[in-house]
Amino acid sequence: MSGAFRTASGGRIDRTQPILFGFDGRAMTGFRGDTLASALLANGVHLVGRSFKYHRPRGIVAAGSEEPNALVTVDRGGGRLTPNLRATQLELRRDLKATSQNRFPSLDFDIGAVNNLFSPLFSAGFYYKTFMWPASFWKHVYEPLIRSAAGLGRAPTEPDPDRYLHRYAHCDVLVIGAGPAGLAAALAAAETGARVILCDEQSEPGGSLLAETEARIEGRPAAEWAAGVARALAGQDRVTVLPRTTAFGWFPDNLIGLAERVTDHQDRPDPRLPRERLWQVRAREVVIAAGAIERPLVFPGNDRPGVMLADAGRIYANRYGVRVGDRAVIATAGDSGYRAALALLGAGATIAAIADLREDPAGAAVEAARQAGIAIRPGTAIAGSRGGHRVTEASLRRIGGSDRVERLDCDVLLMSGGFTPAVHMFSQSRGRLRFDAALQAFLPGKSAARERSAGACNGRFDLEGCLDEGFTAGAAAAKAAGCGSPRTRRFARAGAVPAPGGFLGAVPGTGKGKAFVDFQNDVTAKDLQLATREGFRSIEHVKRYTTTGMATDQGKTSNMNALAIVAGALDRPIPEVGLTTFRMPYTPVTFGTIAGASRGMLFDPLRHTPIHDWASEHGAVFEDVGNWKRARYFPRSGEDMHQAVARECTAVRMAAGMFDASTLGKIEVVGPDAATFLERMYTNAWARLAPGRLRYGLMLNEAGFIMDDGVIARLAPDRFHVTTTTGGAPGVLNHMEDYLQTEFTDLKVWLTSITEQYAVIAVQGPRAREIIAPLVEGIDLSPAAMPHMSVQTGQICGVATRLFRVSFTGELGFEINVPADHGRAVWEAVLQAGAAYGIVPYGTEAMHVLRAEKGYIIVGQETDGTVTPADAGLDWAIGKAKKDFVGKRSLSRPDIVAPGRKQLVGLLTHSPQEVLEEGAQLVADPHAEIPMRMIGHVTSSYHSAALGRSIALALVADGRSLLGQTLYVPMPDRMIAVTLVAPVFYDQEGRRLDG
Amino acid sequence: MLLIPCPHCGARPENEFRNAGEAHIARPAEADDAAWADYLYMRTNPKGVFIERWRHIHGCGRFFNCVRHTVTDRIIATYKAGDPRPSLDVLRAWSEHAR
Amino acid sequence: MADPAAARVHPLAVLGAGSMPGAGATLRALPPACRISLRADPQVAAAIAAAIGLPLPEAMCRANVLGARAALRLGPDEWLLIGPEAAGESLARVAMAVPGPASVVDVSHRSTALEIAGPRAVAVLGAFCALDLDAAAFPVGMCTRTLLGKAEIVLWRSAAECFRIEVWRSFAPYVWNCLEEGRLEFFI
Repeated sequence: MSGAFRTASGGRIDRTQPILFGFDGRAMTGFRGDTLASALLANGVHLVGRSFKYHRPRGIVAAGSEEPNALVTVDRGGGRLTPNLRATQLELRRDLKATSQNRFPSLDFDIGAVNNLFSPLFSAGFYYKTFMWPASFWKHVYEPLIRSAAGLGRAPTEPDPDRYLHRYAHCDVLVIGAGPAGLAAALAAAETGARVILCDEQSEPGGSLLAETEARIEGRPAAEWAAGVARALAGQDRVTVLPRTTAFGWFPDNLIGLAERVTDHQDRPDPRLPRERLWQVRAREVVIAAGAIERPLVFPGNDRPGVMLADAGRIYANRYGVRVGDRAVIATAGDSGYRAALALLGAGATIAAIADLREDPAGAAVEAARQAGIAIRPGTAIAGSRGGHRVTEASLRRIGGSDRVERLDCDVLLMSGGFTPAVHMFSQSRGRLRFDAALQAFLPGKSAARERSAGACNGRFDLEGCLDEGFTAGAAAAKAAGCGSPRTRRFARAGAVPAPGGFLGAVPGTGKGKAFVDFQNDVTAKDLQLATREGFRSIEHVKRYTTTGMATDQGKTSNMNALAIVAGALDRPIPEVGLTTFRMPYTPVTFGTIAGASRGMLFDPLRHTPIHDWASEHGAVFEDVGNWKRARYFPRSGEDMHQAVARECTAVRMAAGMFDASTLGKIEVVGPDAATFLERMYTNAWARLAPGRLRYGLMLNEAGFIMDDGVIARLAPDRFHVTTTTGGAPGVLNHMEDYLQTEFTDLKVWLTSITEQYAVIAVQGPRAREIIAPLVEGIDLSPAAMPHMSVQTGQICGVATRLFRVSFTGELGFEINVPADHGRAVWEAVLQAGAAYGIVPYGTEAMHVLRAEKGYIIVGQETDGTVTPADAGLDWAIGKAKKDFVGKRSLSRPDIVAPGRKQLVGLLTHSPQEVLEEGAQLVADPHAEIPMRMIGHVTSSYHSAALGRSIALALVADGRSLLGQTLYVPMPDRMIAVTLVAPVFYDQEGRRLDG
Repeated sequence: MLLIPCPHCGARPENEFRNAGEAHIARPAEADDAAWADYLYMRTNPKGVFIERWRHIHGCGRFFNCVRHTVTDRIIATYKAGDPRPSLDVLRAWSEHAR
Repeated sequence: MADPAAARVHPLAVLGAGSMPGAGATLRALPPACRISLRADPQVAAAIAAAIGLPLPEAMCRANVLGARAALRLGPDEWLLIGPEAAGESLARVAMAVPGPASVVDVSHRSTALEIAGPRAVAVLGAFCALDLDAAAFPVGMCTRTLLGKAEIVLWRSAAECFRIEVWRSFAPYVWNCLEEGRLEFFI
């Protein structure tokens, strides 16, 4: 019931737990412990997808993460759609629903397959050659066409409802891979008491041991030994064992990225678990025990469903109890084919023949096959295959012999070109690879990071060697991490057979037809040869031209064959041609894993002021200012923004308004040299500012451009309360610390951010004093005792306050600083006290209008990093007698004093109700030819309720000399005439400041 | 993410730090226009050993100097702001070491 | 009119109910406290410490605890003094009275404090904080400014399985929600 190709016994599947699953809508049954691939094969399904370019039918090739073909989309419902999952890694679970990709309308009948008929058109560099001209076709014809045809799978369209989490971890020894070498390494390191993390991409530790049926280690069957060792390791306090966890990326200073698949294999995952977890492991030492990947043979028709890697055939038989076919032909360059043949034989298949590229195959595996009566064809190459949706025939040809071809019926064709050590992580660590001529493989050479490789990824393919080398590497890593040494341990073992031998490149003497090198990107041996004929010499160029090794599998099965073919075509040795760069990720990582919890309310901190909740409860509309939410306006029922802002502005001018200014940056500058420090950081003079007084401060960067501004209070001879813009606060503090720590190191002064210590309530308007008077204790509010630009400390509503008399509206105004916890209560008390006077809360929009009516600049709105004090009309804020301040020297640079700089001016539109667009450009001649010369731009623009018309601020070249003249703002449909005026629109004399 | 040895706090992950550009650029007390422009804008941007400033902004808050190899990204040494620039011989030796 | 001095709003009030207990790591908001940022050269700082009767830690990134008060050394010339709220004013007054250049700034309301405690506290913090919190690397008594997710915090290991987090008030809900997200899986 779990498939006709399931063996009667054996494997690591749980035959008591049958599992129903669906593939392309067809219901099938597998067992717990199956992968989707093994379950499909058990049901006789090989055809699982269509190829990228030619839409050729494709089958399962491998049994692990190197699988190039069997990519499926899994829909777990409710937006949980994941494309491009490898069926060979996808653990079977209840109701798993997978669909094949890259086909329409169905896998069996795919319209795109016509591409295969036109395949001569699709040679290497097809896109570059075909879509060259006419150039105008690119955007509207070629690109949409290519985009619709390209790609593997389809991206989900709904938000991902699953949870993802990150975990930072630290260890002495990280072991990548839990095969024999990795397990031995972890054992050695753990014994020293080192903190060890052991990760493996498979569902259980053991690696290659999981498919061993004969090998025994320390007296136990190999897989059982592996499970026991992993259990023992996981039970230790300082060891973390992570199955289903792929080490995908190597970052500086031994930070390794691991992607853990936490729940996808579970029938009903607990929603409190993250679906996947990104581990960022900082490892003192790393042992790479990543194993090796079998290479396909490159021959015509090597991509037919039913053509598989030999070791995959063996793994499906031994680990999953699946017979990948009834009648197998095996083409091999080494012992792997023989081991596979024996495994398949054991699983009940017939072996038609083994074709061995070697002239005189010998050794234990060969002998065992011979004993089992398997027909062996030495010195014989696989020449081709036949079949539609499944291979039906293999043809063999004697190497160097006649053209006679032996045709053998089969339903599975296993191939082995030998094994490629998985040096991906080593290479990512910037270690240098060396070419081992005997093994015909690249192996880890000179290290660049604190790591060592062991086992098959280091070119050791025998079990004993893997165990010993792993243990030695684990011990050495622990020692290098400062953790002592383990006792020596020999792993008595028996039975496992090494599988040496291999072949790189295209199998010689084959016939016509496509011999695929890169299955996933549909690159053939011919494409590579063509690229070299067309002049490509660098392997990096060949890769990009042909796209070999560029798909989601990053050429795991193809790179070495491609390299050998290119080297052959160029007639150069392989190491001279060199490898392409290995890049992360080793296997694809989901965006969810990378994003982790950083989404929704955890994407970024949302900063709220102490008065935020009141504003929210009273219908405020908010805007984002940096990470802050600020109340923009407070609409009453039926009001739109324009009406609300006009009402708020009018209230401030006629009676009073209150404004939450808590987000303003605040820095307490304390120390005997506080005034001297401010002298150097701000353009203004501070030394003679009396305690109890405020002054507007202008901060420049060293290049002389306006960086920030704010009001600064002198609380005591050695204590200032500095305010900054909301957005500038962190930058200003950093800028000050920079100069204090590295330039003005002689000064005794310290800076403390008090932005969040205080809630700030601005009360502005002619009635402001009367409103707060009854709430204040210990402060004389009279104009004589507390004039404009002064500060007093005392109490308000029983709470300590630093009370500023200051105005950013042009009206009589106060800013009440109270400890933040009390902010809301004081706000409500002021509101209550002001009710009789008609006080209204106002937001940032009204604040902007009110200050623009007065021509007060906002740094970042009127300035853009290129505006000097003179440009902004702030010459008066520069302490002329000061010897130095940051930016002073730059103010006399030739470019800064040259004529033609943009200067701040006011604009009045000729039609008073026309509100200009901020950012609009200004021109002198409305009839000039396009492109017109632009001489300025609008920085702020509003409707002013107080003036009953629109106002704007602008930066215009030599603007101050153009006052009274008319300029023009070109818009798409019209030209707006404006008159240049001085940038103060309201109460030019400043009488209102005193109420 | 680099592991950066703060001279005050020890090795910490890079996200606690902020880079602050080339180190040992003295602010001239007097400078003609060309020298001042150099001070403002010209940096060495070498391929190899580079001395730069970092601030442990999410740690002790201190600015400090850091010798980093711009090809390998390896940090060779860090030292407190105000400490003298390492001698050429020392830098040369470090350069060899970091290659 | 209610007394505004009494009507306080805790920075985490917005979160309402609070955190479910148990499950490997408990999370709770700590009551208001007096906080003083003390900046001075170490000799002057020591004189201030003597005046307020709270010895300052000499090593970087270490905390000294005396009764209900604690001094955390966060920088070469920076200490964060934490005490019961009632002690705040006198503490600041005494500190400011000591001669010698120093900066004493009241930051009681700038931050709020959380506590995460339990056998899985390290794992929960490890979901957002890149520091090595192993007992050997981050022992009891260690404290430092660092990042939790995208928020700056002061992290202080006050006991083997107990961490105090000081965080600027507007970042507190974010930090709280991060830790709740990290705790979720340990309810299973």
